[in-house]
Amino acid sequence: MSEPPTDEIRTRLDAVFRAESRRILATLIRLLGGFDTAEDAMHDAFNAALQRWPVEGVPTNPRAWLISTARFKAIDAIRRRARFDASQDDIADALHGGEPAPAAGDDELPDDRLKLIFTCCHPALAPEARAALTLREVCGLTTEEIARAFLTSAPTIAQRIVRAKAKIRDERIPYQVPSGAELPERLAAVTAVVYLLFNEGYAASSGPSLTRAELSAEAIRLGRVLLELLPEPEVIGLVALMLLHESRRPARIGADGELVLLERQDRSTWNHAFIREGIALVERALSTRRFGPYTLQAAIAAVHSEARTPEATDWRQICALYAALLAMQPSPVVELNRAVAIAMHEGPAAGLALIDALLTRGELRDYHLAHSARADLLRRLGRRDEARAAYERARALAKSEPEMRFLEKRLCELV
Amino acid sequence: MKYICLGYIDSNTFASCSDAEANSMMDSCFAYDDQLRAKGHFKGGEALQPPSTAMTLRYANGRVVATDGPFAETREQLGGILILEARDLNHAVELISKHPGAKFGPWEIRPAADLSEMMRQSEARRRQAGKPQG
Repeated sequence: MSEPPTDEIRTRLDAVFRAESRRILATLIRLLGGFDTAEDAMHDAFNAALQRWPVEGVPTNPRAWLISTARFKAIDAIRRRARFDASQDDIADALHGGEPAPAAGDDELPDDRLKLIFTCCHPALAPEARAALTLREVCGLTTEEIARAFLTSAPTIAQRIVRAKAKIRDERIPYQVPSGAELPERLAAVTAVVYLLFNEGYAASSGPSLTRAELSAEAIRLGRVLLELLPEPEVIGLVALMLLHESRRPARIGADGELVLLERQDRSTWNHAFIREGIALVERALSTRRFGPYTLQAAIAAVHSEARTPEATDWRQICALYAALLAMQPSPVVELNRAVAIAMHEGPAAGLALIDALLTRGELRDYHLAHSARADLLRRLGRRDEARAAYERARALAKSEPEMRFLEKRLCELV
Repeated sequence: MKYICLGYIDSNTFASCSDAEANSMMDSCFAYDDQLRAKGHFKGGEALQPPSTAMTLRYANGRVVATDGPFAETREQLGGILILEARDLNHAVELISKHPGAKFGPWEIRPAADLSEMMRQSEARRRQAGKPQG
């Protein structure tokens, strides 16, 4: 029998790294009790594979082989250090557990990855650190890739990650999936990180668009992992929401880089596979009767997706969904969206009255989308001068380049 | 990715410790370098002789002026460089923070710059400049 060439092993190992390193890392953190020790041991195991697989052959279960090799490498390392420091011997013994060597595959528990996600999104960590840590440890992005996605420098991201890991270690944040009464709140922190990553990649106003799209794709991938491990209604709703928004990405930016509003999008370019999957997930989440805001937002997106033309949109249903969302999560921005839906359903005057009332209350006074929505309704009512003033106010408040250009174009169309 | 790690050291560190202490410091550093080498992280490196052995060259008034001594007169001087292969910046930070040398002075970690595209463009420019005119 001939040995497989090392090049082939290297390619094979690269594929195993891409597909399995996050699961291996998640298990090793549990077994070895620390992020850095686990990462170190994992790299040692991959190195060992590079040397031993060409001679011994590729094991039937590469992941189990890598986990158990990493574990022994870590114990070896602790033993080596123990020569200088006797107290470490106890740790090595504790890691061995005095048990017989486990059969291949027994080391891994199905919810290791979930533990890793919950730890990276722990509320004790700074919110921006949660996102960076999750991308690096759960998704396997490098510090440099994360920095590019967030349009910041690698040392800034590196420092966030170093601090977050130190906090996990120093405050002994437990590596576990929360249960019972703690679960809903902790899960909300996790879904918030996933949705933040998605929006960073979706609503971003600057930066190379490719990198940003990858960030959204990463959020969807992460959402799918979460869905597989913990199919709670709001996780289902969140994945549906992301898929339904993502389905419109190709139609959302015009040839000249302009934002294209939903009503003007070329619906034939929408990703219909994502839409089908998203709608099925919305229905699944709604049927649990324990759904929350993500599911309702996904349901609203689904109604839009089902309309072949803007005119065919079921605005009555959208108004009802916004009312339900508002009852669950009162917010002036949701009120604004509901007002726009009512304008579509009952006419611009009804919507305008609601927006004017909202603006009088003051919370949205400096929110450019409130003024641009108002401008649009004034335009449809033929009140051009007021529409112009409102567009100008919106343009003055807008922060992103594409939005400013969009409002500029609207102002020109008014003439 | 390749990272260049610059290890600084306080020149008084070795002056104030016993031979036994200095030996154990060096042993721990060499042992860790061996570990890095065994794992494929150590891509090269050199220790530097003390700053008193340094020459500094500077271009001034149309000519190069050589002076003796290091570029900057500071307490902490460059003691050595290490070329590190790591997955990303956080991995490099993690590997260097375990280096015993970190106890004796600060390390600066910088990614190696990939100049291959710049070099390719420069070669094209130089080829163009070398072509006979007309």
